[in-house]
Amino acid sequence: MTKIWAVFRKDLLIELRTKDTLNSMLFFGVVVLVIFSFALASLRESIRPAVPGILWVAFAFSGTLGLNRMFASEKENGCLQGLLMLPIDRGAIYFGKMLAATVFMLISELIMFAVTLVFFNLTVWHEIPYLILVFLIGTLGFTAVGTLLSAIAVNTKLREVLLPLILFPVILPILVNAVEATNIILNTSDYGALRLPLTVMTVFTIVFGTISYILFDYVLED
Amino acid sequence: MSRKIRSRFDTVLAIILIPGMALALYMALIQAPRESTMGDLQRIFYFHVAAAIAGMTAFAINFICSIAYIARRNRRWDSLALSAAELGVVYLMIVLITGPIWAKPAWFVWWTWSPRLTLSLVLCLLYISYLLIRNYIEDPEKRALVSAAFGIIAFADTPLVWFSIRWWRDHHPGPMLETGGLAPSMRPAFYVCVAVFQVLMVFLLRRRYCLETMRGDMELLERQSDASR
Repeated sequence: MTKIWAVFRKDLLIELRTKDTLNSMLFFGVVVLVIFSFALASLRESIRPAVPGILWVAFAFSGTLGLNRMFASEKENGCLQGLLMLPIDRGAIYFGKMLAATVFMLISELIMFAVTLVFFNLTVWHEIPYLILVFLIGTLGFTAVGTLLSAIAVNTKLREVLLPLILFPVILPILVNAVEATNIILNTSDYGALRLPLTVMTVFTIVFGTISYILFDYVLED
Repeated sequence: MSRKIRSRFDTVLAIILIPGMALALYMALIQAPRESTMGDLQRIFYFHVAAAIAGMTAFAINFICSIAYIARRNRRWDSLALSAAELGVVYLMIVLITGPIWAKPAWFVWWTWSPRLTLSLVLCLLYISYLLIRNYIEDPEKRALVSAAFGIIAFADTPLVWFSIRWWRDHHPGPMLETGGLAPSMRPAFYVCVAVFQVLMVFLLRRRYCLETMRGDMELLERQSDASR
């Protein structure tokens, strides 16, 4: 546990000093939102049903950017070698990285959500706790498999370019259910219907968290 | 390093396949009765479903081989997994091409996002990603390990994709054999097509596997000669 914390703290510290990842994630996410509001200009009056989809596309795109940095930055000065040489369970590296990615994504998601409220003229108040729950579970599922695939991608010839290509097909169940859940919260008031998408997302997170934890060892093997 | 390129089993399979495919064509196109509402259009079903079943089998083989590779670290499992993934994608392509050809006259649209259609499309995408990853890793052992890991993930993803989308409106005809919806007179043609597609899959899998092991051997020899230079 302390080892996971150490890896997590290291990533957080690096981020606090450089702010590379968060800045680029945030900026890219906001740009995606702007692009959407131009692309869907004809729907501007009745955009509300499209907001959940727009939101999660922006989250997924900026999240990919963040996940890519998680291992690409380690590659630069042979840091990954050092990390692998540590006498700790590789699983600790996986969970530490995953936690860091989750925190980065959640921070940028909250800001992107605030921007969305302004751009698309939405008012939410009592929906916020539910939304945070959906963002949290969705992001955990995203990073659970994303961290593993990011470790795979940086070790290939294509490096960062490969990650979106292999991540998005796998992440589809999370995306579908997160959009569904966000849609229930924003556009209906039937919160009982939330149970199903949240269950699928939780199952996804647990299943892929476990599989990735087991496979992480093999993927990083030298 | 000499390995038998031709095996007797493959010859037997080929001898079965040639009349078998002709028989499947005859059964599906001539012997099976004309469907009362859709007419001859329904005949594409024999190939569509048979290809889908063969494709799923190939993906299951890929999954088993991926686990076996991680457990055993034998290059042969990796070659077999790759061959199965390629074949699965080819078969799923057949499904995705024959599907719209049938759907346009039957449903008046080429494509709908019904669960079965979506699942086959996503499966196709997942295994194309699998093949993509392999292209970009040079070290054979690393490539085998990483793609085995991805093969496991892709297969584990399938039920989750299904659970996420199965609430979507489904136009697709249900599994007719379980519900008994397939007329008894159509069954022989259906079974023959399924069987022939499976045998064809096994045959192609063996040939592709043979090619892949040779390619692997060559890669190994090249590396050795580079190292000794």
